[in-house]
Amino acid sequence: MTPLADMSLLSSFLLIFVSAAFTDNILLARFLGMCSCLGVSKKVDTSIGLGTAVIFVTACTAALNYLVYRYLLVPLGLDYLRLITFIVVIAAFTQFVEMVIERVSEKLYNALGIFLPLITVNCAILGISLFMLNKPYSFLQAFSFGLGGGFGWFLAITLIGAIRERINEATLPRGLEGPGITLIIIGIMALGFIGFSGMIKI
Amino acid sequence: MASSYGKILKDGLLVENPIFRQVLGICSALAVTNLVTNTLFMSFGVTFTTALTSFTISLLRNYIPVRIRMIVQVIIIAAYVMMIDILIKAVAPDVHRFIGPYVGLIITNCIIMGRAEAFASQNKPLPSLVDGLANGLGYSVVLIAIAVVREVMGFGTILGVALPARDLWWTQWTIMVMPPGAFFMFAIMTWIARARLVKQEAS
Repeated sequence: MTPLADMSLLSSFLLIFVSAAFTDNILLARFLGMCSCLGVSKKVDTSIGLGTAVIFVTACTAALNYLVYRYLLVPLGLDYLRLITFIVVIAAFTQFVEMVIERVSEKLYNALGIFLPLITVNCAILGISLFMLNKPYSFLQAFSFGLGGGFGWFLAITLIGAIRERINEATLPRGLEGPGITLIIIGIMALGFIGFSGMIKI
Repeated sequence: MASSYGKILKDGLLVENPIFRQVLGICSALAVTNLVTNTLFMSFGVTFTTALTSFTISLLRNYIPVRIRMIVQVIIIAAYVMMIDILIKAVAPDVHRFIGPYVGLIITNCIIMGRAEAFASQNKPLPSLVDGLANGLGYSVVLIAIAVVREVMGFGTILGVALPARDLWWTQWTIMVMPPGAFFMFAIMTWIARARLVKQEAS
């Protein structure tokens, strides 16, 4: 039995969501998705665009990878193939979604579609699928873990984008411009997020 | 020919250092640097994967159709990372328990993909191998430097061995082994490295 099985479905769903988004923030505590975060977080609206795409893709791929892992890889004893399987699932999924929204809505494609190729190599997505395996989650819990993780990333990158917009107006030492100051901002935010730790233990 | 290999090595290690200059692959750089032991295993994994992926992609560069090259590259990288993952699990199960997910994340480490795209897909296999190796080593040097500072400040140990008479004079900076410490340390290193580059370019 899983340790969470005795909790009611909704409260365990919510708890996992909050813990994945705040106490275990994927960007600030697990350091994932840094590359695209440093690259894209110059403006708030691009941050929001990429963040939204990440929420959607992490939630769906976490659920998909959970099913593939639990019902395909484990019964066949192919556990060691998980890395290659997950990355193929993620790449195929993003490609598929890109094709679908290109057909369905041009507006949505312009808002989200351009970010989808970036997402395949965003380590937050693969990271969430890998961290998920460390815990005895059920299908719904895995989904909420993916949703929460994606939301945490969205929150962090949007905040960073907003701060960077203001910082661009200030003069900085030459060496500190760009990645240097962004890392310091993220460091201070990470200090803030430590305040959430210990709030929920799963 | 020898000098050109030397140049590739120097570019990867110093001039075009993947972490400072190109700001690539820093996710794992931050996560595993709280202990030097973890960092050594991670560096070995990244260097091995970068070198061999560049070599393989360069060998196949004329046979990979341009339109699906991304997915082919990802699969080649994933295959090597899988080997490293199994190897580390066998050699050092304790280390693997901590850095396991991050080893898997070497797949999405942008350095590897970046070198494959920028260098290996246009060059012969041997220079590509050297280029991959140089970039892997450039990454490793920075990582190990950060890890040494963080482990000494955070735990007062190096490679798990305590500094002499640590309890008498050393107060541990717990913040250094927590996530913010990684960000600050990394920001300071980037600052120093970039400030020097600015100076060099000006002179």
